[in-house]
This record gives sequence, structure tokens and C-alpha cells, in this order.
Amino acid sequence: MAALPDFRLLRPATAADAVRLRGEHPASRFIAGGTDLLPNMRRGLMTAEAIIDLGGIAELSELRVVDGWLHVGAGVTLAALAADPVAQARLPALAQAAASVAGPTHRTAATVGGNLCLDTRCMYYNQSEPWRHAIDNCMKIAGDVCRVATKSDRCWAAFSGDVAPALLVLDAEVLVLGAQGQRRVAIADFYRDDGMAWLSLAVDELLVSVRIPLREGWVSAYEKMQVRGAIDFPLTGVAVALRREGDTIADVRVACTGVSSRPELIAGLDALAGNPLDDAALALVEKQIKRGTQPMETTVINVSYRRRVTPVLAKRVLRRLWEAAG
Amino acid sequence: MKSILRLAVNGKPREDAVAENALLIDYLRDVLGLTGTKQGCDGGECGACTVLVDGKPRLACSTLAHSVVGREIETIEGLSRAGNLSRLQRAFHEHLGSQCGFCTPGMIMAAEALLRSNPHPGRDQIKAALAGNLCRCTGYVKIIESVEAASRAVEQAA
Repeated sequence: MAALPDFRLLRPATAADAVRLRGEHPASRFIAGGTDLLPNMRRGLMTAEAIIDLGGIAELSELRVVDGWLHVGAGVTLAALAADPVAQARLPALAQAAASVAGPTHRTAATVGGNLCLDTRCMYYNQSEPWRHAIDNCMKIAGDVCRVATKSDRCWAAFSGDVAPALLVLDAEVLVLGAQGQRRVAIADFYRDDGMAWLSLAVDELLVSVRIPLREGWVSAYEKMQVRGAIDFPLTGVAVALRREGDTIADVRVACTGVSSRPELIAGLDALAGNPLDDAALALVEKQIKRGTQPMETTVINVSYRRRVTPVLAKRVLRRLWEAAG
Repeated sequence: MKSILRLAVNGKPREDAVAENALLIDYLRDVLGLTGTKQGCDGGECGACTVLVDGKPRLACSTLAHSVVGREIETIEGLSRAGNLSRLQRAFHEHLGSQCGFCTPGMIMAAEALLRSNPHPGRDQIKAALAGNLCRCTGYVKIIESVEAASRAVEQAA
């Protein structure tokens, strides 16, 4: 790959300093683990005159329970989150999602914040510069049209982070710090359905932490399909959280990744409350997933497979959780 | 633009003028001449550039040199002591864990991190720890057997 462009490396000691530096250097970017940003920069997908390294900010690495919430700093590594006893015992979807990202050597560096802000992906975008040039580029980088849907006026690159769907079903909130102060955002409102602008994050804002409620009575899990078992982005990934009361569903939440430009919390499952997990319930889950996601030709694996396998995966996880909670 | 980078490499403190956009792999190979760390896919997919940062495996091709300031870096060159192979190096040699050899430094560093935290890993744990390391000769069976042999060597020494 190409060498990195020339840039200054700034290493602030506090989150507030990081935000201030971001404001002072308009052509800058934040870096944490670097496993997404650095290969992307070397493929010419993005550039910067200054890189703000968040690795020296201790407050971003906090991982602790406070008043019934698990607080996870944006700088906590995926390896640390996957190994956290509270996450494993109380929020298994989250621990499983963190453990499923890339390979073990990535997870010692890659962070929760980095996975939540992961650049959207597409087989017409995540390519070398000569490859992209040969097809006259795409609208996400240097071109005019979306190669996935040439008549569309938007980019369809897929959000491919594994952690976000787990946070969606676990009802998490993120904390964002900007020059004007900090704000809490429900995880669902942190994302937008646009492959080029998939985060509700202003340029001078920093994702500081995420907090997840530790609720009683819930079981949860995350599973993904991938081409390469050891290291890969999800072709599709599904997180499920379930609260079972006796022989009926009290609450169920399903979220998908890799099949839309944002991680998608599946709507319309409230109707399942009070019902058993029977064939009719599973059919509704399948229908709502097909309605709520739109896999496009962003991976080498074809759309029809991903469209069919996403509900299959969700139903498999749901049945397993149902049995475990019985 | 260069600035001073202070860290420790294979137990020795260092102070070098390093470009701020330099990758850890370029610092190790080009500035220090430690060419045991291999540049494979060069994009975080093959694990050939695996080194240890404070004892944990990291991809040197996807790490900025200045982001590991003050940390302890270990490369394949740091494993042998006074010309004697480490337990993993010896096991890879004796159990044919190395074919063309290009992935071997990364494999050994990932396995070294595993054996330090888990001296007697099961086969599945070895596979999981080496999941990020590709061998294009596809000699995985011998690699796993080599790590198992090294873990037994720990047992014998203990």
C-alpha cells in the first residue's frame, strides 16, 4: 500500500484538549487503535494534515459499573470489553460482539469508539486507488454516482461495525463531547441512513463513552456471518435481546449490521409481547427484518443470500435465547 | 516532520528522531534494521508484522510509531538469549512449524503472547490466538503442533 500522507501527530492528555485541537486543526482526524483509519488512509480514502491520537487520554479507557449502568470509555479496547466479567455475565451480546470483531491482534488495539464510528464499507470503495480510478470512482470518494445503485442520489455503503447492533438491543446511550459541552444521545439516534454521513456527530465532536443499563431478566446474544471465519467484517450480523416471562415473550429487540448504511433496530416487534415464540412469531420477525433492512451489492457475496440469511440468523439466535431463558 | 520518540525495543531504551507519520513497522525495519518483523499484506489482514507492545500482540503495519511512545516493544529479534533460541523458536525449528518462513516471526510473537498469559493452552485456544496470522504455505497443523511442543517445554522447565 501507499505510504501515509505527511501529517503532524498530536497527543492530547484530556478529552477536552482533543476537542480543542480538533477545532484548531480543521483538516484533522482522531485516531484510536488505528486499525480502520490507517489502512484507509494508505488506500487514499481519506487524508489529514494533523492526526489527533486519543491513546494518551486516560479518561477514555474507563470501564466500570456506576448506579446500574456499565460505563465503557470510547478508548477501551475490544479485547478488554470482550474479557470484562460484567459484560460477559450481564450483557453477553456486547461481549460477544466485541469478541467477534476482526482478529485477536486487531482487538488488542481497536477500540469501542473506533468500532462505533467505523467507516462504512463497500466493494467499490474499499479498494486501491488504481482500482477505483479504473471504474471512474464512486460518490463516496472522488466520483459522482453510487456504483451499487447508479440511479440513486445517495451512497449505499454498508455500516459494518459489530458492537453497534448489540448496543441497540441493549438500549445504550453514548456521551459526546464538543466545544459547546457534552450531550447524551440514544445509540439509535447516533446513526443516520447515509453511507457518506452515517454518524450524528459534528466535525468537532468526540465520542467519549457509552453506557448500558444493567437490567434484570434479559438474555442477549450476537452472531455474524462472514467469509473468512478468523478475521472479517460481517456480511450480516444480528444482535438479539429477549425477556421471557413463563411461556410468553415479555420484550424482544433485534438489530442488524452490515445490511444497511446504519445499524438497524428492527421495528414492529412490540406486537410479539404476550405471545409465545411460535412459528407465527418467528414469521413476523422474518417479515420485519426484510422490511427494515436493505442489503445492497456492497460485498462480493450476493444480495439475495444476505437478504435470506439475516432472518435465518436472527431466528436461530432467538430460538436459542428462548430455550436458555425457559 | 520528525520528532523525538522515546521507547524501549527488546529491553533497550531508545531515543530516535522519527517522522510523525511513520508506522511502527517502518521504524523497526528501516530505522532500527530489525527486519525480522515482516511486511506481508501491509493492511492488517495477515499478521506477519505482529510484535508485542507491553506484552500484547499488535500489528506493526497498522500502528503509528509515535502512538507507542514510552511503551515496551518486543520483536522476534528479542526472543533469543545469548544466541540460544527461545522455547517457541526451538519448537518451530524442531517440529517443522516453519516452511517458507515469512509468517513465522508473526506466528511466534502471537504465540509468545499466548504462552505468557496461558502457559498451557488447549488446541482451540492456540487456534484462537493465531487466528489473525496467515500462513500462505498453509502449514497450520505443524504451527499448532510447534506451539503445543513449546508449551510442554515450559512444563519440563518448571
